[in-house]
Amino acid sequence: MAASGIVFVLFVLVHMYGNLKAFSGEVAFNEYAHHLRIFGEPMLPENGLLWIIRIVLLVSLVAHVGSAVALMRRARAQRPVKYQVKRNNASSLSSRTMRWGGLTLFVFLIWHLLNFTIVKINPAGDQSADITENPYRLMVSSFDLWWMTLIYLVAMLALGFHLHHGTYSALQTLGWVNSASARAKAKIAGWVIAIVIAGGFSLVPLAVLFGVID
Amino acid sequence: MNLTLKIWRQASSSAPGGIHTYQLGGVSEDMSFLEMLDLLNEELVTKGEEPVAFDSDCREGICGMCSLMINGQAHGPEVTTTCQLHMRSFKDGDTITIEPWRASTFPVIKDLIVDRSAFDRIIQSGGYISANTGSAPEANSVPAPRDKAMHAFNAATCIGCGACVAACPNGSASLFMGAKITHLGDLPQGQPERYSRVVGMVAQHDHEGFGGCTNIGECTAACPKGIPLDVISQLNKDLRTAMVHGF
Amino acid sequence: MADTTTYYPGLEPTNEPSVQTSDDAAGYYTLGDKLVDPKAPTGQIEQRWTTRKFENRLVNPANRRKLDIIIVGTGLAGGAAAATLGEAGYNVKSFCYQDSPRRAHSIAAQGGINASKNYKSDGDSDYRLFYDTVKGGDFRARESNVYRLAEVSTNIIDQCVAQGVPFAREYGGLLDNRSFGGVLVSRTFYARGQTGQQLLLGAYQAMERQVAAGTVEAFTRHEMLDLILVDGRARGIVARNMVTGEIETHLADVVVLATGGYGNVFYLSTNAMGSNVMAAWRAHRKGAYMANPCYTQIHPTCIPVTGAHQSKLTLMSESLRNDGRVWVPKKAEDCDKDPRDIPVEDRDYFLERMYPSYGNLVTRDIASRAAKYMCDDGRGVGPQVEEKQKDGTTTLMRRGVYLDLADAIARLGRDKVEEKYDNLLDMYQRITGEDPYQVPMRIYPAVHYVMGGLWVDYELQSNITGLFVTGEANFSDHGANRLGASALMQGLADGYFVLPNTIADYLADGPFEKLDDSHPAVQEALTSVTERVDQLMSINGERSVESIHKELGHIMWEYCGMERTKEGLTEAIGLIRELKKEFWTNVKVLGSADSLNQDLEKANRVADFIELGELMCIDALNRRESCGGHFRGESQTEDGEALRHDDEFAYVAAWEWGGEDGSPVLHKEDLIYTATKMKARSYK
Ligand SMILES: Cc1cc2nc3c(=O)[nH]c(=O)nc-3n(C[C@H](O)[C@H](O)[C@H](O)COP(=O)(O)OP(=O)(O)OC[C@H]3O[C@@H](n4cnc5c(N)ncnc54)[C@H](O)[C@@H]3O)c2cc1C
Ligand code: HEM
Ligand code: HEM
Ligand code: SF4
Ligand code: F3S
Ligand code: FES
Repeated sequence: MAASGIVFVLFVLVHMYGNLKAFSGEVAFNEYAHHLRIFGEPMLPENGLLWIIRIVLLVSLVAHVGSAVALMRRARAQRPVKYQVKRNNASSLSSRTMRWGGLTLFVFLIWHLLNFTIVKINPAGDQSADITENPYRLMVSSFDLWWMTLIYLVAMLALGFHLHHGTYSALQTLGWVNSASARAKAKIAGWVIAIVIAGGFSLVPLAVLFGVID
Repeated sequence: MNLTLKIWRQASSSAPGGIHTYQLGGVSEDMSFLEMLDLLNEELVTKGEEPVAFDSDCREGICGMCSLMINGQAHGPEVTTTCQLHMRSFKDGDTITIEPWRASTFPVIKDLIVDRSAFDRIIQSGGYISANTGSAPEANSVPAPRDKAMHAFNAATCIGCGACVAACPNGSASLFMGAKITHLGDLPQGQPERYSRVVGMVAQHDHEGFGGCTNIGECTAACPKGIPLDVISQLNKDLRTAMVHGF
Repeated sequence: MADTTTYYPGLEPTNEPSVQTSDDAAGYYTLGDKLVDPKAPTGQIEQRWTTRKFENRLVNPANRRKLDIIIVGTGLAGGAAAATLGEAGYNVKSFCYQDSPRRAHSIAAQGGINASKNYKSDGDSDYRLFYDTVKGGDFRARESNVYRLAEVSTNIIDQCVAQGVPFAREYGGLLDNRSFGGVLVSRTFYARGQTGQQLLLGAYQAMERQVAAGTVEAFTRHEMLDLILVDGRARGIVARNMVTGEIETHLADVVVLATGGYGNVFYLSTNAMGSNVMAAWRAHRKGAYMANPCYTQIHPTCIPVTGAHQSKLTLMSESLRNDGRVWVPKKAEDCDKDPRDIPVEDRDYFLERMYPSYGNLVTRDIASRAAKYMCDDGRGVGPQVEEKQKDGTTTLMRRGVYLDLADAIARLGRDKVEEKYDNLLDMYQRITGEDPYQVPMRIYPAVHYVMGGLWVDYELQSNITGLFVTGEANFSDHGANRLGASALMQGLADGYFVLPNTIADYLADGPFEKLDDSHPAVQEALTSVTERVDQLMSINGERSVESIHKELGHIMWEYCGMERTKEGLTEAIGLIRELKKEFWTNVKVLGSADSLNQDLEKANRVADFIELGELMCIDALNRRESCGGHFRGESQTEDGEALRHDDEFAYVAAWEWGGEDGSPVLHKEDLIYTATKMKARSYK
């Protein structure tokens, strides 16, 4: 769980950094997308790196969702009779919503991939080659729609929550939080990563919506 | 003061249970929570109703026998055991809901009493140092650094009450387990079995059906002995080392 | 060492057997034969145990698997024995009434455990520990047993450290010691205020390891209700499965009782709610002698009772008396005032006044009695609690005295005081709701420990063949009073080192004839238990078990508590006999016998407490002397101090059950010292 989670964290960090290239304009962004594909050539075939990443991500996803489901099953089986009253004293909302947050992210991911990678649906309606071959344009035209932006923002909220607890949790699961001060630091790390990544991602759709990027 | 008590009653592990409501007057704030229940039971006996069954023994906060989920909090609103909780934490007119620990690894035996023998089985699978009687070396031949010894002691104060499991949304016993692993793993005497211990205990924990820890942290907040989350991290660390070294 | 060598007068007795001339309990008992410990060792005291260990027979490891041992109790005494005998390869069945062996009441011990390691080089030795313990017990213990205890004390510490017991350590990483219980050497090992807990967890873990290994089988939530005797030998127990209500029989080659103390006969005590005398009492009714039942230890610094609802009392470590000053108001009308508003000249620092040299540090029994006198005098403090008077009326009394830390806080600073007593003061605040840093604490004496118990010989075997008794349940090592930090020592000495050796000698004759449930003796025990349970369930009277227990406790505390007199004890015996009738005709036990039924559990226990209470009063009545925890009003010096009568009472009073309507039979075992000499206690 922690390993796959950390793969995700690293991926979204890089991915977010890439997305921010949108602020440097169409050319820079597309070049980055292109670089991603030819990286490592000729040692790797075209799209080599990308495929390596994809495979790692896919394996992680299977592992991550697999363990999430296993954990959930065990938790369910442990408490067949619910408490009439149950109060939570110490836990963060994010820690208690990991499963919902994860599910949201999962659904989002499917939509996201349909949107940008696999089918390249352009909800704005334009399916010209210009769009499908130009990630920047696809992105901009998508986020010009308010509801697309909304979907993404909601997803980013879920991501922020998931990362807030997930980062701390992964450090704890890996056994690196053996004192009160280490715990305080791990919790801060959770906040920082959550805000930076969710915030970083959100900048692009917001910028498009408000016309900073077009 | 006068209270409304909503108490889970269940005749046996197989019988269905439910909440019964009782009115209780004449409660003084100097009473402990369990003495308040004693009072209720005296009234019930007088009326010819069967008293509410609940566990307690030392009533000093050390044996770990008492339990109770009080208004959704394990051991009630203070950081202490149910037996050390006093009625001054409540006020006249309060409604108090009292339930047993909920976990299928802790099946209800009757009313508020649950079976926690799974904890004993976790200890059986590694929660000890093998030192046959009579074979011990002179006590001072192996010094233990004072801070390590104190750290070990803090973890060793776990009373095995099960509040951590009761409070954890996953029903995980990681805090209980981590406390023992940290206690023994911090001491020089505990080193030889350090990694086989964690592997054995975790395997039994999972086999019993306790949930996995997702680091939610309700356990430590409910723990009457304030066992910190460090012990779970320590457990994970030892487990990771054990796996790497193929224990 | 100079002064101790004078206590080595070779093997010549230093005292004569006593001859009792008084007979206060005449009519309440019959006098039986004198009792001699058939296993008493001989020779130089330092050699006795070593010689015995060597002489005792061993059991071939291959045979051990075929030998079954029942151990009732999982405290220090029982848990340690189960672990050790399991390791040795015997087949052990362990019983406790709690849901886990780890919860035995040993867990509550706070202060520490003694051992003559002499790590502080302050002149400690086995002999000194032995001498302090015998003297602390007011010369009413057997010297051979006590010496052995001192001798194995050091092994206990080694064993516990090897198990991972986290004792307090010094900066260099070596074990720390403190001084405890008014002795001059630092020999007490401790784990903050939770020594009993840590020692018990060590024994528990060792025992659970054997459960995993298959040598020990643990029966939790099982309560022993009777002993099974076959041809005069203890061969098993009848126990109730407290979850299903089933009455089960368990058979073995030997039975060990390690069932703890019976302080709960007083209803209020520092013992656990479930602590009981049932196992010991059932054995007593089957012929085992009960020795010195009246010896109870009352601890001066407990949190006072706040009302009739009180279910148990909580101990505050005695160490508080090092820094606190004990006082009550001089004038009764000041008793309900805020103590901070009472000027110093209106306060009576009674311990300092009465015992100028020892002041607040006088021994437990003296401090306890003085506090009681102040409250009897109407100058107690704290909430008023209803009390039944001798004439049957009830009055309101305040039962508490102040233990004031104000001077200590002013002298040492709050930080220092906090550092020393933080946990304790927190606990006090939680229970009373008062802040001890602001308002003086209130304390009052409470029953804490019983020195009496089943009679055993040097090998811990009772007078019933095949029945061994260890820990607080036996009478063995503390005489009339127990020194602080020595009960834990005894429990572990018995469990780890003494019993495993002596029981082997007994089992060397085994395995005994195989038995099964169809044996008439087994059936008879089973039937009698079933009948008793049925009877309890069918009385269906008016009174709750709890109310009868409270009443018994009140009688015991009033007449057989801190100060005992002939008149009071005689009265108490009458009251207890009436209460016994009341119980068996008017008790109400609800629910059913074939499921978990806490009312029934309690009823079983209280029935035996009532009978025990009567015997305690008879024993106290007979012993017309003050010694250790037993203070007879008739036997005191001019300034109110305990007066011992070695000429009359230097014996162990071992009582034999005299039948349902008969009177108990007293067997006296003379106490003869060779390695030390009896001396009077003095606080001048
Ligand atoms: C508050 C407190 C503080 C103390 N502090 C100290 C201290 O600092 N130092 C010191 O040396 N001593 C101290 N003592 C005394 C000491 O703790 C006890 O004397 C000692 O632990 C007794 O151990 P034990 O093994 O004999 O019995 P216990 O630990 O009492 O165990 C009794 C066992 O018998 C079982 N049992 C009882 N009856 C039955 C039955 N009918 N059927 C089945 N099982 C049964 C119980 O389940 C339990 O397992 C203290 C005592 C108290 C109460
Ligand atoms: C695909 C959908 C996802 C689901 C169903 C999901 C579900 C979960 C669940 C149930 C947990 C367990 C809670 C815990 O251990 O604290 C978890 C943990 C975690 N998740 Fe996810 N998650 C998903 C996607 C992601 C993504 C995209 C990331 C990162 C960007 C991520 C990062 C983490 C991290 C770091 C942890 C903590 C791991 C640990 O504690 O060991 N997850 N996830
Ligand atoms: C506002 C936020 C986001 C934007 C604008 C965005 C944009 C994009 C774009 C444009 C691509 C296509 C890149 C290309 O084809 O070269 C892409 C691919 C991808 N994105 Fe995002 N993304 C966002 C958030 C996320 C999040 C939160 C996740 C994961 C939880 C994610 C996971 C992926 C994945 C897995 C791919 C496919 C990579 C591949 O080709 O294998 N994205 N994203
Ligand atoms: S860790 Fe805390 S809550 Fe859990 S069993 Fe131990 S003392 Fe109880
Ligand atoms: S609440 Fe449960 S999830 Fe882990 S941190 Fe505590 S065991
Ligand atoms: S009854 Fe022992 S901890 Fe509460």
